[in-house]
Amino acid sequence: MLGELGQLALCFALGLSLVMAVAGLLGARSGAPNELARSIASASTMGMMVFVVLAFGALLAAFVASDFSIAAVANNSHTLKPLIYKITGVWGNHEGSMLLWVLVLSLYAGAVAALGRGGPRLTSAALGVQGLLAAAFILFILFTSNPFLRLDPAPFEGAGLNPLLQDPGLAIHPPMLYAGYVGLSASFSYAAAALIVGEAGWARAARPFMLIAWIALTCGIALGSWWAYYELGWGGFWFWDPVENASLMPWLIATALLHSALATEKSGAFRTWTLLLAIGGFSLSLIGTFLVRSGVLSSVHAFASDPTRGFFIMVLILVAIGGALGLFAWRAPTLQGGASFETVSRESALLLNNVFLVGACAAVFVGTLYPLALDAMTGQKISVGPPYYALTFAPIFLALLLLVPFGPKLGWRRGDLKASFHALLPALGVAGVAVMAVLAIASPRFITGMLAFAVAGWLIGASILDFLRRKGARASAFAAALAHAGLGVTLMGVAGTTLWRSEALDVVGPGETMRVGPYTLRFDGVTQVQGPNFQATQAQLALMDGGRVVTVLRPEKRVYPAEGQETADTAIRTTGLRDLYLALGDDRGNGRWTVRAYVSPLAPFIWLGALVMAAGGFLSLWGRLRVKLRAPSPAAQPAE
Amino acid sequence: MNAKKRRRLYFAAALIGAGAVLAVAIVYQLGNNVLYFYSPSDIVAKHVEPGIAFRIGGLVEKASVHHGAGADVRFVVTDGARAVPVNFEGVLPALFREGQGVVATGALDGSGTFNASEVLAKHDEKYMPPELVAALKRQGRWKEGE
Repeated sequence: MLGELGQLALCFALGLSLVMAVAGLLGARSGAPNELARSIASASTMGMMVFVVLAFGALLAAFVASDFSIAAVANNSHTLKPLIYKITGVWGNHEGSMLLWVLVLSLYAGAVAALGRGGPRLTSAALGVQGLLAAAFILFILFTSNPFLRLDPAPFEGAGLNPLLQDPGLAIHPPMLYAGYVGLSASFSYAAAALIVGEAGWARAARPFMLIAWIALTCGIALGSWWAYYELGWGGFWFWDPVENASLMPWLIATALLHSALATEKSGAFRTWTLLLAIGGFSLSLIGTFLVRSGVLSSVHAFASDPTRGFFIMVLILVAIGGALGLFAWRAPTLQGGASFETVSRESALLLNNVFLVGACAAVFVGTLYPLALDAMTGQKISVGPPYYALTFAPIFLALLLLVPFGPKLGWRRGDLKASFHALLPALGVAGVAVMAVLAIASPRFITGMLAFAVAGWLIGASILDFLRRKGARASAFAAALAHAGLGVTLMGVAGTTLWRSEALDVVGPGETMRVGPYTLRFDGVTQVQGPNFQATQAQLALMDGGRVVTVLRPEKRVYPAEGQETADTAIRTTGLRDLYLALGDDRGNGRWTVRAYVSPLAPFIWLGALVMAAGGFLSLWGRLRVKLRAPSPAAQPAE
Repeated sequence: MNAKKRRRLYFAAALIGAGAVLAVAIVYQLGNNVLYFYSPSDIVAKHVEPGIAFRIGGLVEKASVHHGAGADVRFVVTDGARAVPVNFEGVLPALFREGQGVVATGALDGSGTFNASEVLAKHDEKYMPPELVAALKRQGRWKEGE
């Protein structure tokens, strides 16, 4: 019953998304007769959203009720799974995750219809484009990845969910990431609509959606990296895995877009460039979806692959990107030229920001796609590892961070570099203090480490100056300063973890001790622990201070009988400034086990910084929404 | 006005120059930092030199896994036609099994032993790295639905 309901709802949603596309694009034309088309576009958007929510709800209910007559449920769920993993199992597989994608797309479409603040023609055209995207993806689901396919006879028990995915961090990672990925569709639709209608004010209308997408993407990437850190047991937080890169590329372009759109909105500069970024950001989201979902990559994210799916997404990408770029080439020259600005100005700073962000994205893009291109052309299998990114992405990004503090100090149209630098001198002092701290505390002393901390101190110092300068202003005025400070915090975490991590790998028997960094650990053997749907071998390692036990850490190895798989679960003790990280290895007989231990200085800063960045985004969003709720007055312009 | 135009020209030239430097750096680093994927047969066929980092893929030969006194472990990777001994110091992944697929990163030493710095096994029962599937198919060792 649930299957039929979901299927039917999805078919209705398809019909309504086609209505959206036609009515929305008709409504883009001026004149009174098209008002009806606009109303229809808006109403069908709401209808489409309701039906997609219904379809998703049906699948969710089927997972919760363990309805194994539905193939997606039978292949990815199990009656013994805790409820939360039954729910997250909905998107822990290809079919369900594509339905989640469409759900997010339809929610953004609904938000544009209900809250969109552009002109009626702009909104209508944006809904039309959003309708086209929704129709294409619903067709993709119905024809290649139907989550409601039946199994006859229905099995008595499901196959379970990959245990690596049975984790609270990963429960919210995909929806968060999709809210970012697919959220860029709103900017894309607005940009396409602006090209169709010829309206320049789109950047302002699209900004709240850009901000939400950027915040979600920032949090989603941070969650994914945090999960990889504590779940994979290698102590790393970023592996330059193609799938990670697929999420980083849209983030880089979305960040560039946020900055470029600001210039477009405030001074009319970079009109066409901002449009191109909006198209590029969502295009990279689509390419990311293709990379992840087509099975061309080796990754935990690549669910069972099927060539027709890859082909379908490829065609979809080519049509969407090609269509948008064609529209851009045709219509962009008719838009008014950008406003002029001096070489030293806020606009130039934002231009440099964009050059560096797009450059960094290009480096990641080449590293991610070159192996695929080479394989397709020559059959040669290669992979591009961290050294490549350390030598391309890292210097570009560090150079960008060095320039960040100047941006907010320079005036629009015309800035004063000397005065800005004088104003920033105290930040230079903070950078100096950071370097001194590294010299005093850290060993060995890396040049890269001092450089990283100097840049981090420079960023955070400049943000503090900004806070002090604007004291008493509205909260949203601090958005940029907060986001930039977050970059500094993350940079410290990354530098601390990669440069000063200590590692120990020992085989220990009961009562024996091992040392890692400043810590001494006593191995007290293993015990068997029964989990809800797994059996764990849990090791006890006592953290010692002289003869006293400070605390006991319990890394585990879990066996999931339903799935027939094993995972390793790490034990992490953090002081906030330093992580002690333990992973249990192999049973070596006679009660002896391999234990891997890391001490990662400043590791929590990596994710703390991302949270601070996201908080900056929230402040900016809050400022926007507040301005909208109140009567607009010249003084209520958010001063980002 | 003319001076202003000239300054903008310099600015644009600097941007283009930076872009060119970036492009050259990317291509250069890419050439230096790729890891090739070889099966044991490829290593013999392509005369892979000792000391060059690459990734090896194949099946862990049955009864070939031996633990040393510490955390070091030795095993043999085979694709059915050829076999290469592998040395590794570290924790093997949870899904590492004799007779199953494995991918390791490292380099050959002078004696033909592969010293691995990283060992990856299948992520789960259903999934195998595509390169490995291709290498096993070439040797006729791949069964669909395995």
